[in-house]
Amino acid sequence: MLEFRKDLFADERDDNLNVIGKGEQRQDMLGHVTGRTRFFDDHGFDGLLHLKVVRSPHHHARIRSIDVTAAERAPGVKRVIRGQDVPLNKNTLLSLIDFGKDDEPTLAVDKVRYKGEPIVAIIADSEAEALAAVKLVRVSYDPLPTVFDVQEALKPGAVVVNETYPGNYFEYHDKYDHQKLRFGDVEAAFRTADHVLEERYQMSPIEHASTETNGTIAAPETNNRYVVHSCAQGLFFSLGTTAKILALESNRLHFIGGTVGGGFGGKVDSLTEPLAVLGAILTGRPVRYVLGREEEMQFASPRGAERHVIKDGVMRDGRIVARQITSYFDAGAYTRLTSYGVVKCVAHMPGPYTIPNVRGDAYCVFTNRVPATAMRGFGVTGVDFSIEVQMDKLAHLVGIDPMEFRILNAYRDGDMKAHRRVAHNTALIECVQVVAEKVNWPLSETARRASSLSGGGGARAAIPPTVTDESGRIGRPETRQAPPQLTPGAAPLPAYQPPPAVTVYQPPPAHQPAAPLPNYPSQPAAAAPLPAPAPPVPNAPATPQHGAARFSSVFTRRR
Amino acid sequence: MARHQGRGMASINYPIGMNLGGDPSQALVHANPDGKFTVALSAIDLGQGMKQVSRQIAAETLGVPIEDVYVDTADSDTGPHDMGSFASRGTHRVGNAVIVAAKEARGVLLEAAAEELEVNADDLVTDGKGNIHVRGAASKSITVKAASQAAQFKQGKTISGRGIFLIPLSTVNPETGEMSPVTAYAHACLVVDLEVCDETGDVKVNKLTSAYELGRALNPKMVEQQLVGGAWMGMSHALYETPEPYYPNPEHGGRDYNEYLMPGPGDIAPHDITVLERPAPDGPFGAKGPGEMCANPVLPAVANAIFNAIGVRIDTLPITPEKILRALKAQGGARPQARRA
Repeated sequence: MLEFRKDLFADERDDNLNVIGKGEQRQDMLGHVTGRTRFFDDHGFDGLLHLKVVRSPHHHARIRSIDVTAAERAPGVKRVIRGQDVPLNKNTLLSLIDFGKDDEPTLAVDKVRYKGEPIVAIIADSEAEALAAVKLVRVSYDPLPTVFDVQEALKPGAVVVNETYPGNYFEYHDKYDHQKLRFGDVEAAFRTADHVLEERYQMSPIEHASTETNGTIAAPETNNRYVVHSCAQGLFFSLGTTAKILALESNRLHFIGGTVGGGFGGKVDSLTEPLAVLGAILTGRPVRYVLGREEEMQFASPRGAERHVIKDGVMRDGRIVARQITSYFDAGAYTRLTSYGVVKCVAHMPGPYTIPNVRGDAYCVFTNRVPATAMRGFGVTGVDFSIEVQMDKLAHLVGIDPMEFRILNAYRDGDMKAHRRVAHNTALIECVQVVAEKVNWPLSETARRASSLSGGGGARAAIPPTVTDESGRIGRPETRQAPPQLTPGAAPLPAYQPPPAVTVYQPPPAHQPAAPLPNYPSQPAAAAPLPAPAPPVPNAPATPQHGAARFSSVFTRRR
Repeated sequence: MARHQGRGMASINYPIGMNLGGDPSQALVHANPDGKFTVALSAIDLGQGMKQVSRQIAAETLGVPIEDVYVDTADSDTGPHDMGSFASRGTHRVGNAVIVAAKEARGVLLEAAAEELEVNADDLVTDGKGNIHVRGAASKSITVKAASQAAQFKQGKTISGRGIFLIPLSTVNPETGEMSPVTAYAHACLVVDLEVCDETGDVKVNKLTSAYELGRALNPKMVEQQLVGGAWMGMSHALYETPEPYYPNPEHGGRDYNEYLMPGPGDIAPHDITVLERPAPDGPFGAKGPGEMCANPVLPAVANAIFNAIGVRIDTLPITPEKILRALKAQGGARPQARRA
């Protein structure tokens, strides 16, 4: 059931349009409902070969040896691909926008960092023959200690998951082990607040569960090019990733896609394109690489888990005066897109509310699990769950109706947001009012009369004097903030003890925390408040690597 | 044993487009000699309706009937560059690129018509039904088809247009997090009515009531599909889904749809949706994008409704019957909170 409230914001809209606003049927609907629409896997080729991968049974292990001799001789096997066959066997997805360091192999070589990591690819005449040959590959492992908890992974001396990031955190701006948000002075505000509430929230991993699993069919064309039927959510993103990993000029790849059986973020990673094209190059034949449902569910990247610790200061009258959010994003073993989701999360803090003092610290943490990726609501769904349950608790704490509490604190046109941009085009209040009316939720006269269009700006547009700090300097783990103290009564998270490794392994010498920087002055606990809002500090623009506008001016340059 | 009724709410906003910008989309529009248009993109239709939204935007901008426009996507040889379908960027970014391309093509179309009609192109309007006429003089007209034929066979003009839309890249301050994340936000509020069984821990969602502010619902039917499906996904995230039920323990992941739990047809709740439209100043016809955000308010609203029903807070997702029963046991039974309306 769907209806419109055309009376709201009517003066901001031209409703006199021909096609816009009409529920016209999709141009491709008939094809979808009659099963005639062609998805990537509906493209047949003569002599099609099938690719399957050997996956790690261990969460973390050194690879001692790989023996493919039996697999190579197995019936139907046309080619076995190993890490050394991949032209550039180390990549990170966001290198295309110059964000982050290459940290993930297409096929693992010396070490596996999560259970299910691909090590060897087998190409055979049929899927059954490829799967049979997969079982003949002998990989010898030395299992390594594992780390699965984000806060454990951040402790000095923790097991190193991904040697590209030896502290188990993504490095922001070459400077910090997390992304900061600083607006005002939360500590001072906590001291004057009538109530302070600190709670911890845990968002679970989620499987995208698209109807169509990840897959690619790649075939040589006669003009020294390769046609690639792809399920990618970003066609050129996948083309660029494939070209980089295979060291090909981009115009040797002809990607076709655009009609995809669901994605929800699970088809941004180019999980199958590079190997399928490499298989076509090495065999000269069309190659199909499609994940089975079990592979998709167990080993394709899910939405990552997130932990958010929220500490709020609230006054008896319901005004929230300070909000501090510490967020841990579980990236799994490799970065993929989690580093981006963290910045998006920070941009979203403190939710759609105007709060004069906000502090955020968000970490992208590496653990020995399947690498996480984007999913619907990336960077926001988890923190929104946390914020909105926290809002409910705060309303309860101060004895104010939860809808009234939202309207009281809602952002309005003209308000300054914590990332220092003025809000405009806001409509949170109206959404709450409309639903309240719909469900007969009683609102006070004040709440009913509130509007996103008025009451904002003025003092609410000010950027407060802001306390900054150097916590979390890379290489100085002692400056990282201790995990926030939980309010008594908050439910503890279930403790998890990883099972002992089967094989006794002598670990390398314990991880040594990096030595403190020489002549580095000791940091005061908090810098003195700035006398006035600091003007924006634009970063020096870096030289673009490929001519196009890149993220290099924003973040760490790719090394 | 008792089933306790609960009602909870949540309100949210959602950023439209890739965080920090720097994510261009392009579009090409061209007409065949009969004035039928093709929009070439490399955007991805994941089922969300990218093709149809682009088609409606192109038809509206060109001023032609929707049947006269088809969208061709995605082929890297013919479709110009696009970052992809993620981050709620499709409608906003691609839609704007389509408008730019369609405006250019419309400009040539009107010039061709003006030459045939021997009038000034600035005086011409389209009726959206395949005709071009002088403003205020419907009889002085030419069909889109005739104008296109004249353009291509007589005047030597290409009725085509190129479009790109790019929000310039924002920097991020390492010390303060100052940045320009996005230019538009969608909004929502949602109420969940549910009941919790204190013997089994089972949660039954009875009704969803929501308001979504989306800038402009370009196609209300597709908006409804997104919102209904997204709310289902939110309900599933809140109560059912995870590949790691005892996170951070990585074991016990489902291998198929028998083991990986999701709400079935019998678990789907009626959803009463109201759409608000506050146009985004830089959105295509004001549109923002409902695709991602629609799941988000459901998760906290369900958790808040469970608290309202039985007085326990479950802060770890998903909220399984096991977690509810353990929390009830720790609390010594259900403590229903004040009923709301």
